[in-house]
Amino acid sequence: MTIPYQDDADNLTGQVRAACARREPLRIRGSGSKTFYTGPCEGRPLSTLAHTGIVHYEPTELVLTARSGTPLARIEAALAESGQMLGFEPPHFGTGATWGGTVACGLSGPRRPWGGSVRDAVLGCRIVNGRGDVLSFGGEVMKNVAGFDISRLMAGALGTLGLLLEISVKVQPRPECEMTRCFDGSSAEARERMIQWGGSGLPMTAMAWDGRLYLRLSGPEKAVSAAVRRVGGDALVSADAFWSSLREQTHGFFAGAGDLWRLSLPPAASLDGLSGAWLLDWGGAQRWLRAADAGPAEVCAAVQAVGGHARLFRTANPAAERCAPLAPALAGLHRRVRAAFDPEGIFNRGLWQEAF
Amino acid sequence: MSPERCTRGEDREAFLLELRRILPAEALLSDAEDLRPFECDALSAYTVLPWIAVLPATVGQVQAVLRLCHSHGVPVVARGAGTGLSGGALPVADGVLLSLAKFNRILEVDPANRMARVQPGVRNLAISEAAARFGLYYAPDPSSQVACTIGGNVAENSGGVHCLKYGLTVHNVLQVTLLTIEGDLLTLGSLGLDGPGYDLLAVVNGSEGLLGVIVEVVVKLLPLPETARTLLAAFDGIEAAGDAVAGVIGAGLLPAGLEMMDKLTLRATEEFVHAGYPVDAAAIVLCEMDGMAEQVEAEIARARQVLAAHGALEVRESRDEAERRKFWAGRKAAFPAVGRIAADYYCIDGTIPRKRLAQVLGRIGELSEQYGLAVGNVFHAGDGNLHPLILYDASLPGELERAEALGEDILTFCVEVGGTVTGEHGVGVEKLNPMCVQFSAPALRQFHALKEAFDDKGLLNPGKAVPTLARCAEFGHVHVHGGRLRHSELERF
Ligand SMILES: Cc1cc2nc3c(=O)[nH]c(=O)nc-3n(C[C@H](O)[C@H](O)[C@H](O)COP(=O)(O)OP(=O)(O)OC[C@H]3O[C@@H](n4cnc5c(N)ncnc54)[C@H](O)[C@@H]3O)c2cc1C
Ligand SMILES: Cc1cc2nc3c(=O)[nH]c(=O)nc-3n(C[C@H](O)[C@H](O)[C@H](O)COP(=O)(O)OP(=O)(O)OC[C@H]3O[C@@H](n4cnc5c(N)ncnc54)[C@H](O)[C@@H]3O)c2cc1C
Repeated sequence: MTIPYQDDADNLTGQVRAACARREPLRIRGSGSKTFYTGPCEGRPLSTLAHTGIVHYEPTELVLTARSGTPLARIEAALAESGQMLGFEPPHFGTGATWGGTVACGLSGPRRPWGGSVRDAVLGCRIVNGRGDVLSFGGEVMKNVAGFDISRLMAGALGTLGLLLEISVKVQPRPECEMTRCFDGSSAEARERMIQWGGSGLPMTAMAWDGRLYLRLSGPEKAVSAAVRRVGGDALVSADAFWSSLREQTHGFFAGAGDLWRLSLPPAASLDGLSGAWLLDWGGAQRWLRAADAGPAEVCAAVQAVGGHARLFRTANPAAERCAPLAPALAGLHRRVRAAFDPEGIFNRGLWQEAF
Repeated sequence: MSPERCTRGEDREAFLLELRRILPAEALLSDAEDLRPFECDALSAYTVLPWIAVLPATVGQVQAVLRLCHSHGVPVVARGAGTGLSGGALPVADGVLLSLAKFNRILEVDPANRMARVQPGVRNLAISEAAARFGLYYAPDPSSQVACTIGGNVAENSGGVHCLKYGLTVHNVLQVTLLTIEGDLLTLGSLGLDGPGYDLLAVVNGSEGLLGVIVEVVVKLLPLPETARTLLAAFDGIEAAGDAVAGVIGAGLLPAGLEMMDKLTLRATEEFVHAGYPVDAAAIVLCEMDGMAEQVEAEIARARQVLAAHGALEVRESRDEAERRKFWAGRKAAFPAVGRIAADYYCIDGTIPRKRLAQVLGRIGELSEQYGLAVGNVFHAGDGNLHPLILYDASLPGELERAEALGEDILTFCVEVGGTVTGEHGVGVEKLNPMCVQFSAPALRQFHALKEAFDDKGLLNPGKAVPTLARCAEFGHVHVHGGRLRHSELERF
C-alpha cells in the first residue's frame, strides 16, 4: 500500500532545538480539537499538521506506525480497508483530530475495558525531548521489556514530556459480527446487571447506561447469536450511531451548559452521595456527571474515597481547577519526571499545573 | 569480594546494629551461610554474595530499611522468588538484599469489581487459585507461575502463553503501591481503569526493581472461560510452521495461546512427558481458543482451515479437558526436558516481528552450525517471542563463552529484523551489552534521567537493566557488525 506522506521531522526538531536554545516555551498543536480538554497553555505554536503519513502498516503483524500529524480519520480508514481497527476506539472530538493528539490525550472510547486503552495499545514511539534529542523507544513488536517503557508514559502526558513524532500501536481485527441489545431499568438495576455480565464470559465489547442499559456483543456470528439468546433484551437498530454518539459526546446527555465531570472508578462502586445527571460507560468504570449539585472538592473526594479519581472534562470556566492535586510525594515525583524529559519546561508550559 | 566491608566505606557491624533497631533478629541475615541462598536468581551463571540480607514483614519495616540505606548510601536489591532469568535479583556485594518473601498474603478478592489486592510476595498461581471460587482468574501466566511472585512479575512485566490474547502484566495491573528509596509511599494507578497524572504505573511495570520497592499490587481478574480447546498441528518444516502462525493471526483470529516447538525440543519433551507428540514432525504448533462454547467452536474451525492451508501434515483437536492438558504438558515441560538431554542450556529471550519467524529460525540454524552448538526452539510464536535454548557443556573449556557469543548473535539478529533483545525475561545483568546494540546514546541518557527522577543516588538495583554509556562505548569497540561500527556517535576509548 503506498500512502502519500510528508516527513516534517527535521523542521519540527529544528524548531524544538531553537526553542531550547532560547528557553522559549512551545505549544504543541495538532488540529486543536481537544483544547477544551487540555485547557490553555503558554508558548509559540508548534504545528504537527505538516508531519503526516502512515509509515508502516502490516495487517498480518497487527501493527501500525504513523506520523503524529496524520489525521486519525485517515488511520481508521486505512485499518478498515484491511478489516482492522483501533481497539481503544478513540474519540475524535472534531474532524481534524490528529494521531499525536489522540495519543497525547490518551482518551479511549466504549470498547476500552475489553479492547484496552491507548497506552495498552502503544508499542513504541519516536519523540523529541526538551533537550532537542530525537529518541526511539519500544518498537513494533508485541512483547518488549528492554529499558523503561517510555512509550506508554507518553500516552496521556498531553505533550508535556516531549513532542511525539511517530507512534506505533497494536491494532485489532474487526469482529465478524456485532449486535447491541438494550434493556429498560434504573441505574441501580443497570449496575447489578453490569456486575453480573462483567463476571460472565459473554463476548461483549461495550456496556453503557443512559436511562436504558446497552450491551454490545462482538465476535463470530454464531457466538454473538448464542449470546443474544442468553441475555435477551431488545435489538438496537442504529447501534453504530449510538456508540459513536457516546464516544464523540454528541449524545443528548452531553448537550447544554454545566460542568461535565469524568469519573474513573471501580465498576461496582456506588456513589450515592453525589447527585446530578448521570451516564455510565465502560461497564460502570467510567461515569459522566453533569451539573453536579456538589462542588469540585466534594466530587473529587467522593470518587477518591472509592479508589478512583475525577477530572473536570468540559467547563466554560477556563480558571476552574480540573482535578484534585496529587499527594505531595507523588506530585514531587511528577515534577522530577517532567524535568527529566524537559528540564527547561519548554513543552506546553502551564498544562497540568493544577495537579503538581 | 569480601562481604565484610562495604566498598562505599560503610562499616558492616555498625550498619547491622542500626538494622537491628528496626528489624527483629530473625529478619536479618549476615552469616555467609545464611546469605548463600540469595547469591543468585535462576540465571545461576552469575553469583554474588550479598553484604546483608533482610526479610521484613511489614511496610513500615521496609520503609525504615530503605530510609536507613538511603541515608547511608547503601544499595538495595529487591527480591521476589528469585526465578528471574536475567540476573535481575543478583545481589550487589556492598548492598542489602531485600527479600519480599514474607509479603505473601492475598489481602482481598473483590468479585464484583473483578480485582484482587495482594502483597508482592504472593505467587502468581496463588492469585488464580484464590479467585477460582468466584469464577475468576489472573490471566498472565509465566511458565514459572507456581513459584514466581506478583512483585517480580510487575518488575519484569512478565508474560506467558495467555498474553497474546490477554496482554502482559502491564495490561492486567490496576494499581501498585511503591516505596521509593527515600521511603515515600506512592500509589500509582487507581481502582478504576486509569490513574491521575502521568502513567507512571506503565513505567514501573518492567522497571526491574530500579525505581522503587513494590509493596502492594491490585490486579485485574477475568472471568474463567467457559470452554477451551486446543489444536495441535504438525509441520514438515520449521519455516512452514512459522508461516502458519502468521497465517492464523492474519486471518483475524486471536488465540488464547499460539505456541511452537521445533524437532529437537519436541523429541526431548516426548521422551520426558509422553504427551503423544508426532516426533517425526519438524515442528508443531499449539493453538488454543477459549471463551463461550459457540465462539470456541467457530474459531477452532477457522484455525483448523488456516493451519491446513499452510501445509500442516496433521491437525489434532483436543477432545476433552484431559487431552487438552496433555497437549500442553509437553510445552510446559519443555525447558526441563531439554535440560535432561544437555549438560547445560542457555535460554535466550528475543522478540521479532511475526512475519520474520521463518527467516530468524533459519538464521538460528545457521548460527548453531557455525558455533557447533545445538539450539532447541520453543516459544510464544503468536507474540513473536523466541526462547532459543542453546545446549552446551560448562565443564568443557570455552563452551560457556561460545554459548554466550551465539546468544548475543541471535539477539543482535533479532534487533536487525526490527525486534528486541528481551521480550519477557528482562535485561538484568545478562543483556546489558545487547542493550547497547538496541538503543542510541541519547535514549540511554533519557533512561538514566528517568531513573534519577525516582532514585537520585542510584541505590536501587544498581548496575542492572540500563547499561552505562561508558560500557556501551567499550562494548561497541569490540563488537563490529558487518564491518560497520554501531553507534558511531558514542565516544570511544
Ligand atoms: C488556531 C488555533 C489557535 C489556538 N490558540 C490557542 C491559544 O491561544 N491558547 C491555547 O492555550 N491554546 C490554543 N490552541 C490550542 C492548543 O494548542 C491546544 O492545547 C492543543 O494544541 C490541542 O490541539 P490538537 O488538535 O493537537 O489537539 P489534539 O490533537 O486534540 O491534541 C491535544 C493535546 O495533545 C498534544 N499534542 C498534540 N500533538 C502532539 C504531538 N505530536 N506530540 C505531543 N503532544 C501532542 C497537544 O499539545 C495537546 O496537549 C489553539 C489551537 C488552534 C488550532
Ligand atoms: C522455568 C522458568 C520459566 C519462566 N518462564 C517465564 C515466562 O514464561 N514468562 C516470563 O515473563 N518469565 C518467565 N520466567 C522468568 C521469571 O519467572 C519472571 O521474570 C518472574 O516475573 C520473576 O519473578 P520473581 O518473583 O522470581 O522475581 P525475582 O527473580 O526475585 O526478581 C526479578 C526482578 O524483580 C525485582 N523485584 C522482585 N520483587 C520486587 C518488588 N517487590 N519490588 C521491586 N522489584 C522487585 C528484582 O529486583 C529483580 O530485578 C521463567 C523463569 C523460570 C525459572
